[in-house]
Amino acid sequence: MVEQESPRVVRCGGSELNFRRAVFSADSKYIFCVSGDFVKVYSTATEECVHILHGHRNLVTGVQLNPNNHLQLYSCSFDGTIKLWDYIDGILIKTFIVGHKLYALFTLARAEDSVFVTISKEEPDVFQLVSVKLPKSSSQEVEATELSFVLDYINQSPKCVAFGNEGEYVAAVRDFYLSVYFFKKKTTSRFTLSSSRNKKNAKNNFTCVACHPTEDCIASGHLDGKIRLWRNFNDDKKYTYTCLHWHHDIVMDLAFSVMGTSLLSGGRESVLVEWRDATEKNKEFLPRLGATVEHISVSPAGDLFCTSHSDNKMMIIHRNLEVSAVIQGLVKDRNIFTGLMIDPRTKALVLNGKPGHLQFYSLQSDKQLYNLDIIQQEYINDYGLIQIELTKAAFDYSGNWLATVEQRQEKEAELELQMKLWTYNKKTQGFVLNTKINMPHEDHITALCFCNTEKSDNPTLVTASKDGHFKVWILTDDSDIYKKAVGWTCDFVGSYHKYQATNCCFCEDGSLLAVSFEEIVTIWDSETWELKCTFCQRAGKIRHLCFGRLTCSKYLLGTTESGVLCCWNLLSCALEWSAKLNVSIMEPDPESENIAAVSQSSVGSDLFVFKPSEPRPLYIQKDISREEVQWGVFVPRDIPESFTSEAYQWLNRSQFYFLTKSQSLLTFSTKSPEEKLTPTSKQLLAEESLPTTPFYFILGKHRQQQDEKFHENSENELVQLPLTENIPAVNELLHTPAHVLPSASFLCSLFINSLLLSKETKSAEEIPDDVDMQEEKESDNSDEENAFTEKVQDTKHTDLGEDIFHQLSKSEEKELRKLRKVDYSWIATF
Amino acid sequence: MINWIPGTYCSELLTVSLFRPGMGEFKVHRVRFFNYIPSGIRCVAYNNQSNRLAVSRTDGTVEIYNLSANYFQEKFFPGHESRSTEALCWAEGQRLFSAGLNGEIIEYDLQALNIKYAVDAFGGPIWSMTASPSGSQLLVGCEDGSVKLFQITPEKIEFERNFDRQKSRILSLSWHPSGTHIAAGSIDYISVFDVKSGSAIHKMMVDRQYMGVSKRKCIVWGVAFLSDGTVISVDSAGKVQFWDSATGTLAKSHLIANADVQSIAVAEQEDSFVVGTAEGTVFHFQLVPVASSSTEKQWVRTKPFQHHTHDVRTVAHSPTALISGGTDTHLVIRPLMEKVEVKNYDAALRKITFPHRRLISCSKKRQLLLFQFAHHLELWRLGSTVATGKNGDTLPLSKNAEHLLHLKTKGPENIICSCISPCGSWIACSTASRFFLYRLTYQHDNLSLKRVSKMPAFLRSAVQILFSEDSAKLFVASNQGSLHVGQLLEGRFRHLHTFQPQSGTVEAMCLLAVSPDGDWLAASGTSAGVHVYSVKHLKVFEYSIPGKQYTEWSRTVQKQGFHHLWLQRDTPITHISFHPKRPMHILLHDAYMFCIIDKSLPLPNDKTLLYNPLPPKSESDVVRRRTAHAFKISKIYKPLLFMDLLDEGTLVAVERPLDDIIAQLPPPIKKKKFGT
Repeated sequence: MVEQESPRVVRCGGSELNFRRAVFSADSKYIFCVSGDFVKVYSTATEECVHILHGHRNLVTGVQLNPNNHLQLYSCSFDGTIKLWDYIDGILIKTFIVGHKLYALFTLARAEDSVFVTISKEEPDVFQLVSVKLPKSSSQEVEATELSFVLDYINQSPKCVAFGNEGEYVAAVRDFYLSVYFFKKKTTSRFTLSSSRNKKNAKNNFTCVACHPTEDCIASGHLDGKIRLWRNFNDDKKYTYTCLHWHHDIVMDLAFSVMGTSLLSGGRESVLVEWRDATEKNKEFLPRLGATVEHISVSPAGDLFCTSHSDNKMMIIHRNLEVSAVIQGLVKDRNIFTGLMIDPRTKALVLNGKPGHLQFYSLQSDKQLYNLDIIQQEYINDYGLIQIELTKAAFDYSGNWLATVEQRQEKEAELELQMKLWTYNKKTQGFVLNTKINMPHEDHITALCFCNTEKSDNPTLVTASKDGHFKVWILTDDSDIYKKAVGWTCDFVGSYHKYQATNCCFCEDGSLLAVSFEEIVTIWDSETWELKCTFCQRAGKIRHLCFGRLTCSKYLLGTTESGVLCCWNLLSCALEWSAKLNVSIMEPDPESENIAAVSQSSVGSDLFVFKPSEPRPLYIQKDISREEVQWGVFVPRDIPESFTSEAYQWLNRSQFYFLTKSQSLLTFSTKSPEEKLTPTSKQLLAEESLPTTPFYFILGKHRQQQDEKFHENSENELVQLPLTENIPAVNELLHTPAHVLPSASFLCSLFINSLLLSKETKSAEEIPDDVDMQEEKESDNSDEENAFTEKVQDTKHTDLGEDIFHQLSKSEEKELRKLRKVDYSWIATF
Repeated sequence: MINWIPGTYCSELLTVSLFRPGMGEFKVHRVRFFNYIPSGIRCVAYNNQSNRLAVSRTDGTVEIYNLSANYFQEKFFPGHESRSTEALCWAEGQRLFSAGLNGEIIEYDLQALNIKYAVDAFGGPIWSMTASPSGSQLLVGCEDGSVKLFQITPEKIEFERNFDRQKSRILSLSWHPSGTHIAAGSIDYISVFDVKSGSAIHKMMVDRQYMGVSKRKCIVWGVAFLSDGTVISVDSAGKVQFWDSATGTLAKSHLIANADVQSIAVAEQEDSFVVGTAEGTVFHFQLVPVASSSTEKQWVRTKPFQHHTHDVRTVAHSPTALISGGTDTHLVIRPLMEKVEVKNYDAALRKITFPHRRLISCSKKRQLLLFQFAHHLELWRLGSTVATGKNGDTLPLSKNAEHLLHLKTKGPENIICSCISPCGSWIACSTASRFFLYRLTYQHDNLSLKRVSKMPAFLRSAVQILFSEDSAKLFVASNQGSLHVGQLLEGRFRHLHTFQPQSGTVEAMCLLAVSPDGDWLAASGTSAGVHVYSVKHLKVFEYSIPGKQYTEWSRTVQKQGFHHLWLQRDTPITHISFHPKRPMHILLHDAYMFCIIDKSLPLPNDKTLLYNPLPPKSESDVVRRRTAHAFKISKIYKPLLFMDLLDEGTLVAVERPLDDIIAQLPPPIKKKKFGT
């Protein structure tokens, strides 16, 4: 069934965590954030992603707790729906179809049956705040079309709208004015700040707003870093405000503490400021948060704050301003100079991260593993400063060595260049600086590569530079009387007619080095550093250079700026074939002979996969992205796929990931997006939640038996999956919320039966069958579970028999369904 | 335009300024060597009944501003070296009292413009004084820690009793609006007194801590007692604190400055107050409801105003404005926008730095300028040139300005007024108790000065002095309301006549003007009536001399009204003169502009540009004529203290750049400025 689906481009993790304010659960145990089309539920204590709530078909733009039941969560999306979730179990409870593109969501305890959303009018950049009446209905999908207008011409960002004093009024800011709508009086007041062009007032623009929880006080943030506290605003004439000014740049977000005793603000300075008693002199700081504070949220319990940062990170901060947890996604707010690399040890994706850092990002768990500080200098976040940039990085074959290049160029003539070589320290499980080379070249380094031979115990690094040289660096003994040490030194400097060296590449066995000098490719013997031969096609400067691998190792591939792809045969020293293709990315697959090339055109980017030995591409995918594709990389698969179709065979051993200009990380997948997400975390939760009772021990034993059985017939990672779910009754028991379960006496026989049954059946095949059956029954209730069990089905037993094992009678089944549909709100009383 | 280095002495520029074709081209002496520094403001007291503001300066000068009349400084009491005022207050309606470090309480006579009496409080230097809410009692706080109550009688004040003596000086006092209790700020504590018993019922200790560091002392610079029993205190640790006087406990504290908070003033409605800090910032606090639904209110610091560079020693709160003054000598009146009904020129911020009276007189014949300082006079001869130039040129001086004379008065009293005769051979000046007349004789470059002796005994003090155009007569307005006319002949003074004030009034004449032929003398007093005297016939007239009516032109002006921008100017006109050769031209100026009015041209209406620049040469005469109107305004000289015609082609303008004044003040408290 896999073969039937054609590969398509999918977004793979790395989605933004900082798009909207995060929302805390009522007990501060969980934090919710929108992330692409999903809502992610994280544990505030462990930083783990507990659930991914998927169901929206477009970008999710807001989440809010249900004020009437704090175990439920509302979310809204560009797809025009508001969804109500049970976040503890990760189930979608209800969908309200509004029909407009929804930009932001607000809930209010006072307005029990309605929520507030921001919708756009026909004209661009004109937004309205409306209240949506959520009809009470038992069905899963409800049309909610009863909209009532509240405020017009507001800002689309939810930061610019705030409800105050238990919903007495709503404040919205945009450009230079603040509008306040009073629900009781049904009037709108508008306060305008001077917007004249003079220096003093030019940056008066409002950027965000927050309302005091109990007092009539509105805090607004401004472009010039001021915070204004508005009071008396129910009087159009006597209104007044106080200014608080510490930020020197735009105030990104504001939040009042739960009791309103302090105000939190953040901005580009990457400092969280707590203003106590709303007085200018009484403030506390939490500095060095790493990146611009984009959002601030406060837990309803008042014990935690959460800041979202521009480097795609959320920080959970204690009330006493101590960071307690960091949830870091793929850092995306900066230019990627290093390109995409794979750390050979962890198989993590490596690229520029925080300023001056390399980030190691796990593609499997969509989580940053760690940051390696390369530049090791304090970063000053200010506009217009010329920073040291980490421009190049390379790993050697085994992942023992990492080479990095950093540069800073303030003026034309003053280039600061530094190359660092890092060695992997097994003890500390991290990279340690080994050698620092100041000015390794006179000019920018254009390329660097390690000699990727497995056998070679003497690692070799080659750097190519605009100064016309390429240098070979080798590891030598650097011991002295104090300690044994190794260090890198320059071994050979090569050049070719004073041309700029633009690319360098070792062949697979390390015997040859290819260095391109503008239009000319030179081949050097890596033993003697002799120039062996040159290729010149006179088709523009060489942009990429790479050797073929495995059976194609006799070929050398190059692309030129004028849009020609050339393949030279190293044995005959002649051009094998060439093609007219404007290649912007050329990446060899480390696991096969395949080479992927992405060509750029005005409409989009196309992908070509080919073998150097034949000029005919294996696979062409047109229009993989509307944007420019900047970087790509092949990531070896842990478990090879088995596509039989010739066109997709290139995806069998590796997966191709690429990064577009807007920094979305994309890949090719044949699975539906729901399947793609590993539900292991969810299952782990179920497992974790098992208390150590006698019941648990029965299950534990039972699992061991299952384990053994599975060891016999499968050796892949599926074994690691918790197996409790294979028993439908147990599965049901663990995955159904306690409050919708039938009585224990009802379940008892079911449970006992299931245990007995599993012993009787020799194979486990019938068990998932039962899952299937139950899923069908409950599919109207829970999409979430549906997806998850389908997964189980997919991965294990795709060829199930037809016989259905009836555990419940029809009446029992009905009973169960009825129980499931009861209102969950009573749980709020806990 | 002009490279002017602050603080350089002896600076004069001769420039050419073309006002308008037909109005003439003038050579302008831009004089910047008048090294005048106003004294810092120590106290302000606002009188709600008359809408007047009393301002006392560190040299003991007291000025009265009429807030209804465009903030004109209408009265002034000269300073005295030994009388530094520490407190100023209005009582019994219109009576003004001051107290100072010499231990005396002084009452001012607002009619005769002199000191009515001085009473020693016998408690050492007086630091604070306040009138009771009814206005019938006066309370002073002294150096020795005593609080003394005085009863105000119609003629004098009488000591009534002492309150419980405190340990250290009483720096601030405030009555409860009901008059039953008093709050007194001292060093490190605030006392609350019961007026009936005179005993302290609470002693509220003020925290010495300042930003975590313990200071030596915490001086309570100001207290305010509100009717709900709250006492607001401001202190040297930068705090504004709210105390509950019933329990003697601290209710709330606002740390607002890194330096002293020196002054506080509460609005009459008690819904807002203002404090001034040593950093030059004035903070406004307002009482706002906590939530619209509740009646609970809280004090919130709302807006800071930074109009001062130095200590704000004193603040006042009028119903519509915040008034502040301090060491940097500016009196700042900041209207409260929410209280202003109409957006007119009352809603504009005002900064008053220079006195509205004349400090400079000029001898046209000899091109001399006489500058009046607090305790001395300076006589300067203007520079001259032979060069000519076109509009905007700066002409080279062939001869620099010359300091001819430095005349120091004896005694501690400040000079009230001074004048140099048009011929340059007479100088007259007066202090509060002595009148001086000097005869100057010029022999080539030498100058000799001789005091005229044998002055009549009644010429003791003058409010205004004027010489006639031919320098043959001297007119002296005394503070008793009489006008003395004297003849100057051969170095001697002969008393001719005394115009007695109309019966029953003792109004002092503040302004004097004489007609060019010397026949007519106009005088104006504090009640704004104009008296015209015929010097020949020794009679009194009023207004238009023969017809006793406004002239045709002023009737037109009255009918048509002035241009709205002209009416929106917020500084009073301080000098008017006429062009001797062109009778249609009136020259007048205030601190920010100089204006020539050509009565022959049509008056501007609201649609025309009032401040029209020079019309481009390219435009035809017709266009030029059409856009021309009676007002020609020049704003290049500012702040302008004095401007007059020397002869028909030469103007003299005396400027006093504010930077020069600031440069000569003590350095302000250094504040870290972001990004420096």
